[in-house]
Amino acid sequence: MMNRSRITRTVAISASALLAVGALAGCGASGDDGGDGKVTITWWHNGTGDPLKSLWQDVADEFMAQHENVTVKVEAYQNEDLQRTLIPNALRSGSGVDLLQAWGGGELKDQVAAGYLMDITDQVQDTVDEIGPVVSGWQLEGKTYGLPFQYGIEGFWYNKDLFAQAGIDAVPTTLDELNEDVAKLKAAGITPIAVGAGDKWPAAHWWYNFVLKSCSPDVLRTAQAQFDFSDACFVEAGDELEDFLATEPFQEGFLATPAQQGAGSSAGLVATGKAAMELMGHWDPGVMGGILKDSGSQAEATAPPFLGWFNFPGIDGAQGDPTAALGGGDGFACAAWAPPECVELLQYIESEDVQKRFGASGAGLPVLPAAASSITDPNLQQVLEGLQSASYVQLWLDTTYGATVGGAMNDGIVALFGGQGTPEDIVTAMQNAAATL
Amino acid sequence: MAISTLATGSATLPDRSAAGPARPTRRRVDWRGAAMIWGFAAPALVVYVGFVLVPVALAAVYSLFNWNGLGPLERFIGLDNYVRALGDPVFLGAIGHNLLIVALSLLIQGPLAIGIALLLNRRLRGRTLIRTLIFVPYVLSEVVAGLAFKLLLQPGGPFDAFLAGIGLGGVTQLWLADGQIVMGTLFFVLSWKYLGFAILLMLAGLQSVPDELAEAAAIDGASWWQIQRHITLPLLGPTIRIWAFLSMIGSLQLFDMVWVLTGGGPVNATTTMATYMVQYGFQRSQLGYGSAVAVILFVISLVFALLYQRLVLRRDLAGAVTRSA
Repeated sequence: MMNRSRITRTVAISASALLAVGALAGCGASGDDGGDGKVTITWWHNGTGDPLKSLWQDVADEFMAQHENVTVKVEAYQNEDLQRTLIPNALRSGSGVDLLQAWGGGELKDQVAAGYLMDITDQVQDTVDEIGPVVSGWQLEGKTYGLPFQYGIEGFWYNKDLFAQAGIDAVPTTLDELNEDVAKLKAAGITPIAVGAGDKWPAAHWWYNFVLKSCSPDVLRTAQAQFDFSDACFVEAGDELEDFLATEPFQEGFLATPAQQGAGSSAGLVATGKAAMELMGHWDPGVMGGILKDSGSQAEATAPPFLGWFNFPGIDGAQGDPTAALGGGDGFACAAWAPPECVELLQYIESEDVQKRFGASGAGLPVLPAAASSITDPNLQQVLEGLQSASYVQLWLDTTYGATVGGAMNDGIVALFGGQGTPEDIVTAMQNAAATL
Repeated sequence: MAISTLATGSATLPDRSAAGPARPTRRRVDWRGAAMIWGFAAPALVVYVGFVLVPVALAAVYSLFNWNGLGPLERFIGLDNYVRALGDPVFLGAIGHNLLIVALSLLIQGPLAIGIALLLNRRLRGRTLIRTLIFVPYVLSEVVAGLAFKLLLQPGGPFDAFLAGIGLGGVTQLWLADGQIVMGTLFFVLSWKYLGFAILLMLAGLQSVPDELAEAAAIDGASWWQIQRHITLPLLGPTIRIWAFLSMIGSLQLFDMVWVLTGGGPVNATTTMATYMVQYGFQRSQLGYGSAVAVILFVISLVFALLYQRLVLRRDLAGAVTRSA
C-alpha cells in the first residue's frame, strides 16, 4: 500500500511528464518537400460542410492521381477562424500552408505588400482571360496573385406572393419605383424590407449600392487605388440613403436584428413571409433554406418557393452606371514559398469541368462563364445574368478597402442607420482611417 | 540594557552582543529546500510568465508601432496609439459603460444578493432546491446565455409575447435595439447570470457567523433586523469585500456577454473596453492600436485592484499589498 506522499509524488511526476509530452507533440513540423522529388501541397479552405468539402477532396484526389509525385493535404476550417487567425499566423511563420483561401481586395493587398503571396501572372494568363473582369479583385497593379472560383452579385430577394398582394406587378428598375413599391407594401400592412443591421455589414451594403449607383466607375477605381474619397458622389450617395431611410422601410428594431441566425433574423423574416424583400448576396436562398429546416417547418433545406430576384435599381440623375453590380466571391492564392505544382492545382480548380461540378453541387456560383450552364436554379440564373450583363463589377467595398478603412466605413454607415451620424461623417471616418494606414 | 539606554537619553543602537544568542557566522543555505520550492513552483511560474507576463510586455512593445499584423514591426510611432485611444469618443464611452456596470453591480447586485442570502439562511422547505436553481445561471456558459437572451428579446419575440400574455403588452420596448435602454437590458442579463454566484458566496460567508451571537442577542431582546444589522452584516464584511473585488474586476473586463448579446451595439451603445479592443484592434487589422487599448485596460484594472487591496482589503489580507501590520 503506498502512503500518501508516495501517491502524491507519483501523480505529480506523471502530470508533469504528460504536460511535457503534450507540449512537444504540439510542435509538429510540416515540411513542403521531401527532398526526393516528392512534393506536398497543403491546401486550406473554408468548406467545412458538404457539398463543398467532398468536392474539394475529390479535386485533390484527382490531382494526385494525375501527378504521381504530388501529395495534397486538404484541410477545411471555419471561415472566421481561417481568415482572421489561421491564415495570418501561417503566413507570418512562413510555412504551414501552400494553397490558401483568398477573399481578394484590401486583405490581398496587405498580404502582397508583406511578400506572402506568389505572383502567378505569367502562368495563369489564359485562365484570367477566360474568367473575365471579376479577377480584378485578386489582382494588384496588373499582376495576378490569386484566382476566384466563385463570384456572385447582390440584389433584392423578394416574395412574389407578397408583391402581388400589394399590387406590384413589375419589379422596380429605378429608386423612385422602389420607393413607390415600399409605400404600396406599407399600405397593404406588409413590412417592406428586412435588414440585419445588428450584424453591421447588411446595413453597410445599402450604402455600398447607393455609392455604386451614384459614383462613376472611374471615381470608384481611383478610390480603390489611392483611398481617395474626395469626390462629392460619396456624400451624395449618403444623402440619398438618408432620404430612403426617412421613409422607414425596414422592420421594427432593425438595429439589433441579426442577418442569418434564426427565424427572427432578416433572412428568417423573408423566409417566413413576414417581410417582402431583403438586399443580400447570392447565398441568401441557401441561408433561408437552412433556417426553414432548422425551425422545423420543412424537412429539406430548400429555399422558399415564392422567392424572386432583381438587381439594385439605378438612381436617376446620378453619375453611376445603372447596370453596375456589387458582388464578392471566394478564391485561392498560392503562398510565396509554395511549390510550382500549387499553381497547377489552382488551374485545375479553375478548369471548366471542376467549375461545372461546383455549380451543379449547389455550393455557389462558378466564376467561369463557360460553366454557367451548370446552374439550374432560376433565381441563381438571374444572378448570373445580372453579373454577366453588368458593365462594371465592384467587389464589396469593405473587402476592397481593407479591414481598417472598411471597419470605419461600416461603423459610420450603421451610425447613419441609427440616426446618429451624417453622410459626411462616413467619408470623414474613412479618410481618417486611411490616414492611419 | 534598558536602564543604560534610558540613562544616556539618546537613541543608541541596542547592544547586539547582549541582545540574544550569537548568530552563526556562516550562513547555511538550504539548497535542498530552495530546490524543492522552485522545483514545485516552476511549472506554474513558467505558465504564468509565458502566458501572462510575456504577452503583457509584448503588447506594450506592439503598442508603440503601427502594425497590421502582417510583416515585421517597422513603423515606430511612439505614444500616438495611446493619444488616439484616449481621444476617441467611442473608447471614452466604452470606459464609461464599464464604470457604469461596476457601479450598478455594487449598488444593486450586492444588496440584493445579501438580502436574498439572509432570507435563505434559515430552515426552509426546499432550501437546497432553491439554492441550486439560483446557482444554475452561473454554470451556463456566457455564450449560451447570451444567445438565449438575444433570441428571447427579439422585437415581437418570446419575452414580448410573455408580457402581452400577462397583460403588460404596453410595457414592451425594443430591448436590444433602443440605444437608451440597451444598457439596462444588458445589466439585467448580467444580474440574471451572476446574482447566483454572489448569493452563494454570501451564504458561504454566513455559515461562519456563529449562531450563539444571534441567540444571545435575541435573548437580550434584539429584533431580527437589529441582529442582521449589528452582528451578521459586520461579520459578513470580508465576504462582501471579496465579492465586491471580484465583481469590480469582472465588470472592468466584461466581454463575452456583451459580444454575444449586442456586439457592442446598437451604434456603440454597449461597447466595453474589451469589445472596443477586439473591434478596432483585431478586426480592423490594427494590432498596434489594439495592443495600446489592451495596455490601457490592463493599467486600469491593475490600478483598481491595487487601490482596492490597499484601502479596502487591508485588514482582511494583512501582509499582501499592504504595509506590514
